[in-house]
Amino acid sequence: MKKYLWPSVKLTLLLVVLLGGLYPLFIAGVAKMAPGKGDGIKVTHNGRVVGYENIAQKFSDDKYFQPRPSTVDYNAAGSGGSNKAAGNPDYLKTVQERIDSFMVHNPDVKKENIPAELVTASASGLDPHLTPAAAYVQVPRVAKLRGIPADKLKQLIDANTQGPLMGLFGLSTVNVLKLNIALDDMK
Amino acid sequence: MTTEILGVIATYGITLLLAWPLSRYIVKVFRGERTWSDFMAPLERLFFKISGINPKEEMNWKEHLKALLTINLVWFVYAFFALFFQDKLPLNPDGNPGQSADLAFNTAISFVVNCNLQHYSGETGVTYFTQLFVLAFLQFVSAATGIAALIVVFKAMKEKTTTKLGNFWDIFLKTITRILLPISIVIALIFVFNGMPASYAGKEAIVTMQGDTVNVSHGPVAGFVAIKHLGTNGGGWFGANSAHPLENPNYVTWMTEMVAQVLIPIAMVFALGMFIQRKKFAMVIFGIMTIGMICLLIPSMQQEMAGNPAIAHMGIQQATGAMEGKEVRFGAAATGYWSTVTTIISTGSVCGWHDSTMPMTGMMQLLGMMLNCFYGGCGVGILNYYIFIIIAVFISGLMVGRTPEFMGHKLEAREVKIAAIITLLSPFLILAGTALSSWVLSHHPDANWAVKPSAWLNNPGYHGFSEMLYEYTSANANNGSGFEGLGDGNVFWNVSTGFILILGRFLPIIGPVAIAGLMASKKYIPESAGTLKTDSLTFGAMTFAVIVILTALSYFPALALGPIAEYFSL
Repeated sequence: MKKYLWPSVKLTLLLVVLLGGLYPLFIAGVAKMAPGKGDGIKVTHNGRVVGYENIAQKFSDDKYFQPRPSTVDYNAAGSGGSNKAAGNPDYLKTVQERIDSFMVHNPDVKKENIPAELVTASASGLDPHLTPAAAYVQVPRVAKLRGIPADKLKQLIDANTQGPLMGLFGLSTVNVLKLNIALDDMK
Repeated sequence: MTTEILGVIATYGITLLLAWPLSRYIVKVFRGERTWSDFMAPLERLFFKISGINPKEEMNWKEHLKALLTINLVWFVYAFFALFFQDKLPLNPDGNPGQSADLAFNTAISFVVNCNLQHYSGETGVTYFTQLFVLAFLQFVSAATGIAALIVVFKAMKEKTTTKLGNFWDIFLKTITRILLPISIVIALIFVFNGMPASYAGKEAIVTMQGDTVNVSHGPVAGFVAIKHLGTNGGGWFGANSAHPLENPNYVTWMTEMVAQVLIPIAMVFALGMFIQRKKFAMVIFGIMTIGMICLLIPSMQQEMAGNPAIAHMGIQQATGAMEGKEVRFGAAATGYWSTVTTIISTGSVCGWHDSTMPMTGMMQLLGMMLNCFYGGCGVGILNYYIFIIIAVFISGLMVGRTPEFMGHKLEAREVKIAAIITLLSPFLILAGTALSSWVLSHHPDANWAVKPSAWLNNPGYHGFSEMLYEYTSANANNGSGFEGLGDGNVFWNVSTGFILILGRFLPIIGPVAIAGLMASKKYIPESAGTLKTDSLTFGAMTFAVIVILTALSYFPALALGPIAEYFSL
């Protein structure tokens, strides 16, 4: 073993510099040319930075479209999910409460039309997206509170829907922050 | 629905298309032929000169293992002290504290052995210094360790009779400079142009649309996530791992991360055939591994896309499947695919929480780690499969009543004993660990640790048992994923999984290298009509049967108490 100790120590130090130092520095350098300049992509509205494109934020006001439930309360200083098992009774109680609460805030929606993603917590707690169905189901509420025709809101959702990659791979998504900005810009 | 499945098929297809040329390149590098990456040669020579290494000195299998174990020990000591004192080191913009001794022990081991079981959260538990100079560094070198051990076995299988199996330092360093680093750079650049952060700035305060102030964690994520997947490490920059929208911003990055983690494991199988010039042998192995993957994959995707029966019972539509602990931009099918791949190849990164997947999906994840040889982690996957081949050759030999031979060498008592010990090791570590934790939980629920045993489990009943079983299975397989509801940030889990990590890593490396080294030093016996054909489909089926029977016998009781019972109670 002794024969290999010093070579190991020296090689380790050299590789720490190469892989821990130079490699990420190089990536950070090139990232200056990328969207968001390597800091993550931010969204501005009326000249003010209002958030990261990809980080969900809290919209407690019923006049806005609401993102999926978060177990970290949309606090991006951390991240995480519920880690609740499918049959955990406490968890199922939480889901039932979310359903009840949704029904109170959206009296025009029938229970069987609530998409599951609106009553289940996301993995990161920061999921910035809704499925189109989960956005449509909030239309009657937003339309009533804002006095905007439902048809116009549906068009707005469609305009803010990103289809599958190249039309073939993955799901359609709606970015909630961008949708709400577009919503505020109406009128 | 259709586009979800198409996405999965396309991702697997791209992996195969890239793995083929990569395998040819890998073979060229380790045969010492000319390649485009020869411009790295001066850097390698410089490193060897400073380190006082002669890269041309041939080593036998024992010398290989001595060098490998020595440098791993150096990494462990370095990582432990850096994590323990990280609050006093630079690059800590968020002011995170140093790790406790037991957590630093667990984290250091876990990254040295390519596992990345994380008993901390990236946002609060480590600093930029330790993320980059310790963890990302270890993600490179631990992957290179596995590949270097495998190349030694390749060389031993190829030669007729030899004790000279190349130079460990040469193979190890070239794995980094010729394979891991260049590919990581390409992957990281794809990431940054898709919005993944790469700068060194600390948390940023943002005032949201409705006026809340939120501190958003970021940092030099992209380079870390590239090697995290390419090296089948799996440790996340953020607590939410690859479910975090800054660690996996969109479907392009999802596909890239998915291809990156299974690329080298598949390429190494192809490389095996080219390197030892037995292509059919490698293709049969590839076929068996792929069938194994599909057997685990189909139930996982089906269960996740079908949704949670308990929620269906409440009268809620689950058109998108079981969405608890999943992200909309990936969906249920993609998350199901990821959960299978990440468990069979020992990455252990997640894009949705395994704890919240359906019971049968959870069982497939557990089986993936218990088998740990369908493609498998960087280098070590084939080493695990190699042990099963030895057992299959031995059993076949018993059946026909001849001394078993493999690759032109007699397989004798010593090699079979080593293979048997390695095979028995996994169930012993997993089941003994789970039994111990169950005993502590039921007899000392109020032990005074950071998390009391009575508060360990995040879910009651059968699933709670599965959480403990999963943790030890993941530690033994050097996987690193978890049923993360488990309260594992305390001295009991840090120490017990720490020891299992060491045994579960190094014995399955020492075993195959020793067997291959011992066999290669024996007299070469030319193939005859009576030789067992190890490249035939029959022998492939035989190996598959050995794998299935050994796994079923070892783990069925534990699985029956966990996911199977949970499935029938749902």
